[in-house]
Amino acid sequence: MDTKSIVYIALFAALTAALGLMPPIAFAGLGLPPITAQSLGVMLAGAVAGARRGGFALLLFIALAAVGLPLLAGGRGGIGVFFGASGGFLLAWPLSAAFIGWLLGRDRGASFVTMALYIALGGIVVMYAIGIPWMALVGKLGLTKAMAIMVAYIPGDLVKVVLATMIARGLRRAFPNL
Amino acid sequence: MIQIQNVSLAYGDRPVLRDISLSLTERRIAVIGANGSGKSSFARLLNGLVLPTSGNVIVDGLNTRDNGKDIRRKVGFVFQNPDNQIVFPVVEEDLAFGMKNLGFSKDKIAERVNEILTRYDMLELREHPAHLLSGGQKQLLAISGVLVMEPAIVVLDEPTTLLDLRNRRRIARALDALEQTVIHVTHDLDVIAGYDRAIVIDDGRVAIDDTPAQAIPAYQRLMS
Amino acid sequence: MLDLYSPGTSVLHRLPPAPKLLALMIGATVMFLNENLLLTAAAAMAVLALYLLAQLSLKQALAQLRPLVWIFAIFFVLQWVFSGLELAAYVVLRLAALILLASLVTLTTRSSDMIDTLTRALRILKPIGANPAKIGLAISLALRFIPVLAQITADVREAQKARGLERSVIAVAMPVAIRTLKMADDISDAIESRGYRP
Repeated sequence: MDTKSIVYIALFAALTAALGLMPPIAFAGLGLPPITAQSLGVMLAGAVAGARRGGFALLLFIALAAVGLPLLAGGRGGIGVFFGASGGFLLAWPLSAAFIGWLLGRDRGASFVTMALYIALGGIVVMYAIGIPWMALVGKLGLTKAMAIMVAYIPGDLVKVVLATMIARGLRRAFPNL
Repeated sequence: MIQIQNVSLAYGDRPVLRDISLSLTERRIAVIGANGSGKSSFARLLNGLVLPTSGNVIVDGLNTRDNGKDIRRKVGFVFQNPDNQIVFPVVEEDLAFGMKNLGFSKDKIAERVNEILTRYDMLELREHPAHLLSGGQKQLLAISGVLVMEPAIVVLDEPTTLLDLRNRRRIARALDALEQTVIHVTHDLDVIAGYDRAIVIDDGRVAIDDTPAQAIPAYQRLMS
Repeated sequence: MLDLYSPGTSVLHRLPPAPKLLALMIGATVMFLNENLLLTAAAAMAVLALYLLAQLSLKQALAQLRPLVWIFAIFFVLQWVFSGLELAAYVVLRLAALILLASLVTLTTRSSDMIDTLTRALRILKPIGANPAKIGLAISLALRFIPVLAQITADVREAQKARGLERSVIAVAMPVAIRTLKMADDISDAIESRGYRP
């Protein structure tokens, strides 16, 4: 792996940490859980840094959170968060980023809608596919109930997909060599 | 000594430098020019970070095309923004990085790190996190990180642009005290008054090449 | 670097990270396999006793669970409604015990020691192409640039505040990402200028 890849991996891990510092956006009055900008880092790492660099960036990020750095939104970190109800979603981040990068790598000229679809596949489908069974396991809930809980998060995640697509397209315009 | 032989550089189809030939032998050389004139690319040619599209850059007889590693050891490079150059979280780790890459022993590394921290009055900052240093301290750390590798030539790309007046003077004094050959790309015309040579780059060409006493007023006329 | 580590001199603090991680893995597996409420309650008590052994307060223990209060409530209510009180208690106690145990490892281990252990453990992956020196460099770079990007994010938010945009995700994330990508080239040039060969 060349120096530039190592730098990208470190920088996108750091970017994900920095996005965790943005205050969560509450959908006031809608009774929906607030969304944090952190998983935007996952989508951007995949869409901008590519499958390999993006996947490793998120792997590095969750490893640093696991060893005890307070890098997750709200200053959380440590091994405990991976045993919690949302542990599966965190563990899915590297795969989500890699999957988004892989899809976009195969289709460099993707339109806005196609790109958003790819980001949704990695950032929602892959993430939920790992996160929900994990949640069902730790809560002994059964998949249906765990899925029902996650329904409330879908609108927020769709918003993030659109934001990530807009940002990734902006970045690709600013850096045509990406 | 650095020889630049008929060097042109283009990024894609955008020409950046056009047919430059120079022989750099003086101890203190300033490179000045407007934003976008190509002076940063010029600086990056000197240690092989950028290779010419045509022509050759020869450092002490070695072509930057074939001897990247040896040339980077001879020619140290200081960037404009020290935050992009300091790559380790703690001061002493960052200072050791270059020497580790060159394969020095632990004792030798510790000795030189000590020496350089003493020289710049930063001994008590040895275990300090780099991100908590002031702007001037960061730039001194970036310069020190290059100096511990004991290069023969130090190329600096606008090292004072982001600093206040006091820290500019501090860096300028540090540069004046260096034994090494210094090639200093800058907008800071006060700092280079005492240099041996000033090269003005304009639109990818050498527009003026003279002593600072002659070159600076000519540059100011060129820009007005 | 900011760390969740809570300084101390207890046996648990002095124990190297590897045995603590091993114990955590075994403990977590056992807790997942065990279906008995009383045993789970006993395990939770035992974990709390370990906090005292580590000279940590019960307040610190509770602080580990606070971010999960809502999820505990949801799980508890769902299980109570659909499967009865016993299972509801079991699920919440098990989750709490697991998180407390894992947090105990985090609270008693410096992240730098954990990183050292991790990089050493990665040496066994060498045959499949992992390079511990490169992983070490990536870790150091990330630790170096987290505060830099955090500062850039704070600066950008302040600048956008002047335009009333500090809560707009795009107006903050876009400039931060652009600065990040701009830095990448300089940083790799700087690393290679200092004699690093990948």
